[in-house]
Amino acid sequence: MAKVVAVTGNEACANALRQVNPDVCGIYPITPQTDMMQRYASFIANGKVTTESILVESEHSSMSACIGAAAAGGRVITATSSQGLALMWEMLHIASGDRLPIIMPVVNRALSAPLNIHGDHSDAMGARDTGWIQIWSENAQESYDNTIQAFRIGEHMDIRLPVMVCLDGFIISHSIERMEYLEDGEVRDFVGEFKNFLPLLDLEKPKSYGPLILTDLYHEYKRAQHEVMTKVKDVVLDVAKDFEKLSGRKYGLFESYRLEDADIALVILNSAAGTSKDVIDEFRQRGVKAGLLKPRLFRPFPYEEAAEALKNTKAVCVMDRADSFGGYGPLFMEITSALYHLKERPVLINKIYGLGGRDYMPSHAELVLNELNEIAKGGKVKIIKEYLGVRE
Amino acid sequence: MKPKGWKDLPPGSVVLEAGSAVKFKTGSWRAYRPIWHEENCIQCLLCWIYCPDMSIKVKDGKRGEFDLDYCKGCGICALECHGKKGKKAIEMVEEGK
Amino acid sequence: MATGLTLKELSKKEDRFTHGHRMCAGCGAPTIVKMVLLATDYPVIAANATGCLEVSSCISEYTAWKIPWIHTAFENAAATISGVETMYRSLKKQGKIDKDVKFIAFGGDGGTYDIGLQSLSGAMERGHDMLYVCYDNGAYMNTGIQRSSATPLGADTTTCPAGDIIPGKLRVRKNLTKIMAAHNIPYAAQASPSHWMDLMKKVRKAHEFIGPKFMNILSPCNRGWRSQTNDAITLSRLGVNSCYWPLYEIEDGVTKITYTPKDKIPVADFMKPQGRFKHLFAPANEWLLKKVQEEVDKEWEKLKKQAECGC
Ligand SMILES: Cc1ncc(C[n+]2csc(CCOP(=O)(O)OP(=O)(O)O)c2C)c(N)n1
Ligand code: SF4
Ligand code: SF4
Ligand code: SF4
Ligand SMILES: [Mg+2]
Repeated sequence: MAKVVAVTGNEACANALRQVNPDVCGIYPITPQTDMMQRYASFIANGKVTTESILVESEHSSMSACIGAAAAGGRVITATSSQGLALMWEMLHIASGDRLPIIMPVVNRALSAPLNIHGDHSDAMGARDTGWIQIWSENAQESYDNTIQAFRIGEHMDIRLPVMVCLDGFIISHSIERMEYLEDGEVRDFVGEFKNFLPLLDLEKPKSYGPLILTDLYHEYKRAQHEVMTKVKDVVLDVAKDFEKLSGRKYGLFESYRLEDADIALVILNSAAGTSKDVIDEFRQRGVKAGLLKPRLFRPFPYEEAAEALKNTKAVCVMDRADSFGGYGPLFMEITSALYHLKERPVLINKIYGLGGRDYMPSHAELVLNELNEIAKGGKVKIIKEYLGVRE
Repeated sequence: MKPKGWKDLPPGSVVLEAGSAVKFKTGSWRAYRPIWHEENCIQCLLCWIYCPDMSIKVKDGKRGEFDLDYCKGCGICALECHGKKGKKAIEMVEEGK
Repeated sequence: MATGLTLKELSKKEDRFTHGHRMCAGCGAPTIVKMVLLATDYPVIAANATGCLEVSSCISEYTAWKIPWIHTAFENAAATISGVETMYRSLKKQGKIDKDVKFIAFGGDGGTYDIGLQSLSGAMERGHDMLYVCYDNGAYMNTGIQRSSATPLGADTTTCPAGDIIPGKLRVRKNLTKIMAAHNIPYAAQASPSHWMDLMKKVRKAHEFIGPKFMNILSPCNRGWRSQTNDAITLSRLGVNSCYWPLYEIEDGVTKITYTPKDKIPVADFMKPQGRFKHLFAPANEWLLKKVQEEVDKEWEKLKKQAECGC
């Protein structure tokens, strides 16, 4: 029986983790994640879980210890944000290269300098190429659901890769929202017993993790790593199917919102998708065929499926809450790559919005949809990449 | 032997065979070869403990021959050997001589 | 019953670190690893920081390790093994594992004194049941002999080269063994492969304590020290006998010198065979050679006082 609660995104994720009850967790504070693992620490202190914590002295050590623990053989979690994720960067590649299914909520926050503790996607986008699976979440419910599903995806015997579950700092991590929890037992059964794969603690079969690989084989190892990523989409969909049976909530590779017959569309990640959907409804009422695509699985990116979903649109704006200075926004680059292979494709523009927690307002969505509407009617694109809601 | 393709690799580059370095013979690195003069040997086994390449065979606590498949000819054993009455039990000779 | 600490008995044990590794001929590090692993009869799982030992002991499908071993990166052998040890504790608590296992991390001086100091300090403070072994060869050898905070005063390295104006390294070494002891860990010690029995006794003693232990072991490197391939043991002995590398242990805060040289030799005797100190024997650098001796004497006197007062 599901239980309806009013909780923050951090609390929801902490509870998902509690219900899974992993063997080891790394804990280190950073705003806005801090309160998630703080809650987890209190679960440990109060005997609600049997997890052993490692109260590390840095995120670099957190990921290093998580890698050690996962290689030893067991279920491992940690969580971070921003500078913490940046400090882990070196180790993120090692977790995926060693094929260790560590599960990590990332509470998205801007990167310094200047110092800013608020939500944007620069942190996780910076970790785009680390070989981790990335799943993005619009609200507390999705953060909770994705965290639970992440274990099944990462630990799948064909996959064995680490997973980041991304949720927006403060906007989701700290806002109270009405959502549903599954029963502890339901989560436990859904996730299942951890299956070991090449554990270091198997003393009968000593293994060496982390060899030096020279030019003769490194290229092959990376090719093999890519191959694993190609299998992720199917596993994500299978796990989503099982999850729907359990929860009644449907998940895919991305969410299509009123896209079927849309002329214009927004592509947008996480919490801002919620605000945008309301504005899209208004446009629909006015007779404008507007829709939205909200990616869920960002790594691996579902190029073919996204192209299929957007192919009949006339104009699309890809909204990025992160920047690649001197380049287009990271999400824009994915969508352009996805659409390039179509014979006929929509006109694409890119807006950078909400950096460092700058509010994303319905009026911003309106502005963009109006611009798209003009373009769809044959108007010219004035500028491809533009900053939304920035003062002159 | 055909070099491995990407489909043949162990997941995560984990080395599954413990101690597989024994298949890599380092004896060819040697410029000098140790020779054991058993008559001067007092079986102290210092050569065994000090050898960085585990190249001195010992059986039932008794020193045997050098393992020339791996010995790199560093000469540590020869330098550390006390031998008998000031006569060393190990001598280094140039390879190929 | 633990294996007797005699070479005869020890030689009957199986090597846990095999030949076929690719360290330079005459390197001190493999001998240290061999001794550390021979000293205990417990199952051991090891972590290794990036460095000479790591890159030469596990390449492609060739590993010299017969025990479970993990290398992840350069600065984090302590954090990595702390994760392995925590998983072990978690599974043991849950009844999923029953064996007693010992955990050891190996790191070079660069990976320990410098880039890995934070991760080591963190692991020591957290109290993991582990032994950290630093094989100290006094420079970043794997990348080509760069200065570390363990590089001795006066030494010539590729980043503090002995030039016409600057005669090599002008700073004294960091005293890492004491820094580790200051973490109030149950056991910290210094050892040398020349004194194999002392070294192995210390490893054995370290494993008797539950909690974090640290050992700093002098590791001659004929490449970086510019000496001969046969002198690793001889040089480490000279290091001990000159009190450049005193053998001592700090057990629950109490310092004990485990070997006092009968005749303390001049540190120049240790330095002379090493090309990295060659320039110090030129008349212009006499002052620096003198300073090296003064520093060694000062540290040795301090250590003796510390041992005398039982603190
Ligand atoms: C973060 C990082 N910085 C630098 C390096 C390059 N690096 C690899 S090994 C090494 C030197 C290791 O020195 P040390 O720890 O003293 O071990 P040694 O090689 O002397 O045995 C360096 C600088 C690295 N691998 N990772
Ligand atoms: S060190 Fe010399 S005397 Fe001792 S066992 Fe070896 S060969 Fe014999
Ligand atoms: S020469 Fe070196 S490698 Fe060869 S047996 Fe003697 S100590 Fe070992
Ligand atoms: S460079 Fe020095 S430390 Fe490295 S393997 Fe060679 S002798 Fe050993
Ligand atoms: Mg070094």
